[in-house]
Amino acid sequence: MDKVLNITTEFTSGLQLLFGNVKKHKLVLPEAEKPWTLGLLLFWIKDNILVDKDKWYLFLKGNTVRPGIIVAVNDQDWELLGDLNYQIKNNDNITFISTLHGG
Amino acid sequence: MTSCLDNTEDMNNDEEISRLSAEIALLNVELNKKRALLKKKQKQCLTKLDINRYSRQIILPEIGVEGQKKLKTASVLIIGVGGLGCPSSMYLASAGVGTIGLVDYDEVELSNLHRQLLHAQCNVGMRKVESGRLSLNRMNEDVNIVVHDAQLDGHNSLDIFKQYDVIIDASDNLVTRYIINDTCVKAGKPLVSGSAIHCDGQLTVYNYKGSVCFRCLHPKPQSPETVGNCATAGVLGPVPGVIGVLQAMETIKIIVDHPNVLHNSLLIYDGGDCEFKKIKLTNVKRNECICTRNPDDITINMDYEEFCGSKANDKFKTLNLLKKNERITVLDLNELVSTKNPFLMIDVRKKVEYDMCHLPFTINIQLSDLKSEDTRSKLIEKINSFSNMTPNLITICRRGNDSQRAVDELKKYTEITNNVNWIKDVIGGLYEWSMQVDKDFPIY
Repeated sequence: MDKVLNITTEFTSGLQLLFGNVKKHKLVLPEAEKPWTLGLLLFWIKDNILVDKDKWYLFLKGNTVRPGIIVAVNDQDWELLGDLNYQIKNNDNITFISTLHGG
Repeated sequence: MTSCLDNTEDMNNDEEISRLSAEIALLNVELNKKRALLKKKQKQCLTKLDINRYSRQIILPEIGVEGQKKLKTASVLIIGVGGLGCPSSMYLASAGVGTIGLVDYDEVELSNLHRQLLHAQCNVGMRKVESGRLSLNRMNEDVNIVVHDAQLDGHNSLDIFKQYDVIIDASDNLVTRYIINDTCVKAGKPLVSGSAIHCDGQLTVYNYKGSVCFRCLHPKPQSPETVGNCATAGVLGPVPGVIGVLQAMETIKIIVDHPNVLHNSLLIYDGGDCEFKKIKLTNVKRNECICTRNPDDITINMDYEEFCGSKANDKFKTLNLLKKNERITVLDLNELVSTKNPFLMIDVRKKVEYDMCHLPFTINIQLSDLKSEDTRSKLIEKINSFSNMTPNLITICRRGNDSQRAVDELKKYTEITNNVNWIKDVIGGLYEWSMQVDKDFPIY
């Protein structure tokens, strides 16, 4: 088994503005003592790829994403998969969607 | 003088009149009953004109004669006659949906027209529901358009919703979305929910055949600063167009009982990349969510605006962050300009807005850029270029909120405060300038 994990993250529906306007990011998660979970990934994203660091609160609240953000792993809502505790697998595609209310 | 005989004749005549009137009244009741029954029977079958008009969709096995009859007897409520409500109502009226209800409290504005295609230029200033009714009846005079010229709230929503089979959320704010959801859950109505902003759109169907509701996904409202609206974030017309048309499609599918209605899924449209993505949502209702309760026990009486911390519209909200003596009016500004008082004025809007329109005596530094040391040192150079005079520093923006934030930010830096007389912002910003000083200055 590979020691590092290769994954893709996507920030859509406006969230990309916090990430230098880049929607898709190919990431290599380094080897870690504990298995990589979505809960750990959120903070890794904040420390490593969030560009607008002052505005981290538009991404996180407490130990999870702020209200209004839907997280999907391989096009499935993370609530179907154990949300923060989901163990990330190689080649996972993790999408962060900001819910829109305009019309 | 009337004779005794005349009196008797009069009495007989009066009796005759009241007897006839009563008979006519009874017959009228009977006539109205028969008219209503005829209308009902006619509604349930397709006329020769119906068959001709809707033949291209009746031919589809998904619709057929039965489906078209269902459309003809169906009623759909659309909340918001804007970017989403215009396209969805157009397609539903044209498809022959019998009754369409429109809810909106607003008037048609010039800045609506690029995306709200029901409203013609000549109808700017008209009530949106009225403009919508006229346009829809021009497209299809057989459709019964019911207008609800009201701001939807927890008190009026249930009585309105009860009259309809399917509800379309085409609103533009979070507060209204919670009201619509809770009322749909209480009244047991499927909810076709769409939203659009910028180049992005989203679509899903809630509360349909046991699916989750909006609150299952969003038990806590997101904070107001994370919610964008079309007036500040902008929106490209075809984006709500796409989502509104898809809302009409899912509504038709619900009415004809199509097996593959989009529920327990969220469709995301990225107009910039021309990509659609479908996310599978949980199909398990959230513990203790409103939709797990008995409808009789649900009341729609919470303070929704307090719950969301925002208003039930997407209109501009005026903030008061500064003290009175830290602000000037547009008339003060006009005075300063004409008396050639030395001042430096910073327009803190985005560059694209500055490019649209700006006052000639301003420089453009976006609010967020004031945090950059590099930007500030350039600003200090400008301040020092006034040589032997100490200038005043004025900030301005579109409506007077960001300009207050800019004053707060600038006052953090002594290298700036030490080199100017005072720092103030302009109340009401460029909007007020246009209203009170120069009516030719564009409003957007």
